[in-house]
Amino acid sequence: MLEARDLAVLAQVSAGLPLCPRPYAQIGMELGMDEAEVISRVTALKAQGLIKRLGVIVKHRPLGYRANAMVVWDVPDELIKELGMYISHFSFVNLCYQRPRQPEWPYNLYCMIHGKDRATVLAQLEQLNEACSLARYGRQILFSRRCFKQRGAVYQAMPMAVVANG
Amino acid sequence: MDDTDRLIINTLQTGFPICDAPYNKVAESLSLSESDLLARLQALLANGTLTRFGPLYNAEQMGGALTLAAVKIPAERFDEVTEIINAFPEVAHNYARSHELNMWFVLATETPEQQQHTINAIEQQTGLTVYNMPKLKEYFVNLRLEA
Repeated sequence: MLEARDLAVLAQVSAGLPLCPRPYAQIGMELGMDEAEVISRVTALKAQGLIKRLGVIVKHRPLGYRANAMVVWDVPDELIKELGMYISHFSFVNLCYQRPRQPEWPYNLYCMIHGKDRATVLAQLEQLNEACSLARYGRQILFSRRCFKQRGAVYQAMPMAVVANG
Repeated sequence: MDDTDRLIINTLQTGFPICDAPYNKVAESLSLSESDLLARLQALLANGTLTRFGPLYNAEQMGGALTLAAVKIPAERFDEVTEIINAFPEVAHNYARSHELNMWFVLATETPEQQQHTINAIEQQTGLTVYNMPKLKEYFVNLRLEA
């Protein structure tokens, strides 16, 4: 159960960790807590999984990742778990989810590949196709044309970095 | 951006220590001085290479709801609809994609009820059907990108 003091810590770190030699002491100063309490609360929040990870969150394009493909397949429901886990083993795959089919949109397996250029991403996809025998299933490749927004979610004025693909 | 910056980015995408002098600890492991590390992080944030330095939350565990949604926007209405959708604070990510379903966005709301409410509001304001595709199962997430 989250205590008010945990929420205060989460809200304070959500905008970013202070860039100074004692960042947790700095957070504590804003909240009227000592450094040890901040460290123990952040450690516990991380252990509980509320904080998935601490660290840097990169923008794709400045690092040269210009080809962002969302690939969707229509695979039999009884095979989706096996295929999803198999696809996830490839180091170039960034995300792999099952999502519900929709009217006129029969696809249920989603995978995201961030690559430096389209040719590389298409070659990687070909590798997946062969290794996982995916060619027999309906598929669509949706490259991103423009990114209009890439930011964290805002909960009660608390910006949260969210996983890129919901 | 030089090799040291790349090393910093690659290292700090995997995690950050929770201890009294964490930058010092990271700096030592990379054979840098603490002040050099701090200055480089400051610069990478300022020039937009990094969006943020801090925690990545588990939104669902915090009681929030996330979903991926898409709409088919007629070409002549693309800019108008983009503006409407981007104006929603619940829209966290939004991409134009090469398909008839040409706009894909992530909705992040504090509750599942708010998610439905936001979808209804987007449908009402755009006159378009929103395809809602919440994740049923997560097989893999690795957002690390080699710098």
